[in-house]
Amino acid sequence: MALADKDRIFTNLYGYQPWNLKAAQARGDWDNTKALLEKGRDGIIEEIKASGLRGRGGAGFPTGMKWSFMPKEPNPARPGFLVINADESEPGSCKDREIIRHDPHKLIEGALVAGFAMGARAAYIYVRGEYIREAETLFAAVAEAYEAGLVGKNACGSGYDFDVFVHRGAGAYICGEETAMIESLEGKKGQPRLKPPFPAGAGLYGCPTTVNNVESIAVAPTILRRGASWFAGFGRENNKGTKLFQISGHVEKPCVVEEEMSIPFRELIERHCGGIRGGWDNLLAVIPGGSSVPLVPADQCFDMPMDFDGCKAVGSGLGTAAVIVMDKSTDIVRAISRLSYFYKHESCGQCTPCREGTGWMWRMMERLRTGDAAVEEIDMLQQVTKQVEGHTICALGDAAAWPIQGLIKHFRPELERRIAENVREAAE
Amino acid sequence: MADRHLEPDTPDLRARWGGFAFTPDWDAKAKAAIARYPEGRQRSAVMALLDYAQRQVGEDTQTQGWLPIPVMEYVAGYLDMPIIRVVEVATFYTMYNLVPVGRYHVQVCGTTPCMLRGSDDLFDACKARGMKKGHNSTDGLWTLTEVECMGNCSSAPMVQINDDNYEDLTADRLNHILDELAAGRAPKPGTQEPGRHTVEPLGGPTTLREMVTENHDYRGEW
Repeated sequence: MALADKDRIFTNLYGYQPWNLKAAQARGDWDNTKALLEKGRDGIIEEIKASGLRGRGGAGFPTGMKWSFMPKEPNPARPGFLVINADESEPGSCKDREIIRHDPHKLIEGALVAGFAMGARAAYIYVRGEYIREAETLFAAVAEAYEAGLVGKNACGSGYDFDVFVHRGAGAYICGEETAMIESLEGKKGQPRLKPPFPAGAGLYGCPTTVNNVESIAVAPTILRRGASWFAGFGRENNKGTKLFQISGHVEKPCVVEEEMSIPFRELIERHCGGIRGGWDNLLAVIPGGSSVPLVPADQCFDMPMDFDGCKAVGSGLGTAAVIVMDKSTDIVRAISRLSYFYKHESCGQCTPCREGTGWMWRMMERLRTGDAAVEEIDMLQQVTKQVEGHTICALGDAAAWPIQGLIKHFRPELERRIAENVREAAE
Repeated sequence: MADRHLEPDTPDLRARWGGFAFTPDWDAKAKAAIARYPEGRQRSAVMALLDYAQRQVGEDTQTQGWLPIPVMEYVAGYLDMPIIRVVEVATFYTMYNLVPVGRYHVQVCGTTPCMLRGSDDLFDACKARGMKKGHNSTDGLWTLTEVECMGNCSSAPMVQINDDNYEDLTADRLNHILDELAAGRAPKPGTQEPGRHTVEPLGGPTTLREMVTENHDYRGEW
């Protein structure tokens, strides 16, 4: 059953209509937000918990539970902060950009609702530096919201004071990691912090902080308006709700689209993307959740439910639901090697296994691309990925390791073939 | 980590940039940026101020702008922070240009989603025009950089030139854009695919069709 348009949250996803406050209000945003706040902190958190919303930034942590970790009693000396992660940089991901430039008021209203629920006094929206025009829109939308009294002192007439600020990044993937983002907000290099302490205990400026993805925050007001059971009516158990899918690569019509969680992969592609380029027999592999998750070979992904558990069951992950499709014309080793280069480029340099390992893995991948390697080196590469994975402060090391592990797991014969051909060429 | 290096701190550089100070416009923006953070936390504004400084240098030099050491020192003084902390930030984030760049900074995304959709052709097109990665063209018009994923994957391949994105590119479309820029005109940013609005499927959206023609309110159907 297809998701009906009336159940889509991001109705201006494609920007056919203006993003401004007047148009957003006509679509239903900022409609008696005061009443949402009157549900109270616990009421909002319980509703979000009951909706089954899991974080949309990749890790899938239950959003309501995350909000509940913030201190219950306000302490003026240590105010709480909501940090909204709009540092969308995961290769394949391009959903937050559409929310920011076409539906920014959903995000700002969500910031107020979420910030109120966790007792924060302000939200910082950290927009990646490269989203220059998008940030301009967001700055203007925030100004509109202040002008209309929707945020700031006595936000929406609720008696609650809540500020929303926009902070622009300047080009660093790692700032999408929550503690790196906090460091960056403090005006430092974006190098992740050791946890604990967790941000909810000591985050921005040492104060209690919660970091949420743009999509997680922007869906909150609609969930509260329509009720937890409405949102929980979509998707399988433990994988509830609607989700923005971003399909790129070798489909006929790449696009961003909001769909029901758990939609089977084939249905998603057929319904919205016009099928695989060259037909389904031409499909080679899919990266279902952005570059950090292992690829899934064609034969395992036709019926894969596009949700957290469905992708996990085939050894991958939903991540940000950034679906990178590769047909049989793809040089799969090069495709993954290019991701290795990405992680080498984006390693912050703090932990040795990652700083040195990402460069080493990329150079090894480049040799495997041309077959200029020995067969034993495939196992050596696998071992090195295992030595990087789990041995760094943040998950970038893991993210660099997993695509390579996926390649070795599913395309080892291709790697061996290239090595054999290279040896044969050398002998001739 | 990305390969980055600073322009050498020479007497000539000091002579050119030693007297750098924000113009009243940029100064007002800098003060507004600082006001977004709690009192005493003005260092949080370092990223914004470096951006403004780079843009002002760009206005002075008719380029995208860059950050000479004396300019970083000015920002450090402005925020009352040690110069090394500013240099750390400037060298860490890739959008700060540490060496002079051309009028147009052509940033071609080369990461896998763009690669799958043909970014190799875009690099070839740039090369055919005499551009070389990491270098400025001799006429001072272009700087070519290969950048990492820019978050335009559903309208790949893409190029960011200064502040605008150009998406759904082919070599021909990119050449047209570069010709327009070289001629001093402003090509239309966004998708270059005829008939495509933003990131909907080509040929028209499969969902939310009412929105194409009117600001439809779906609440009546809830």
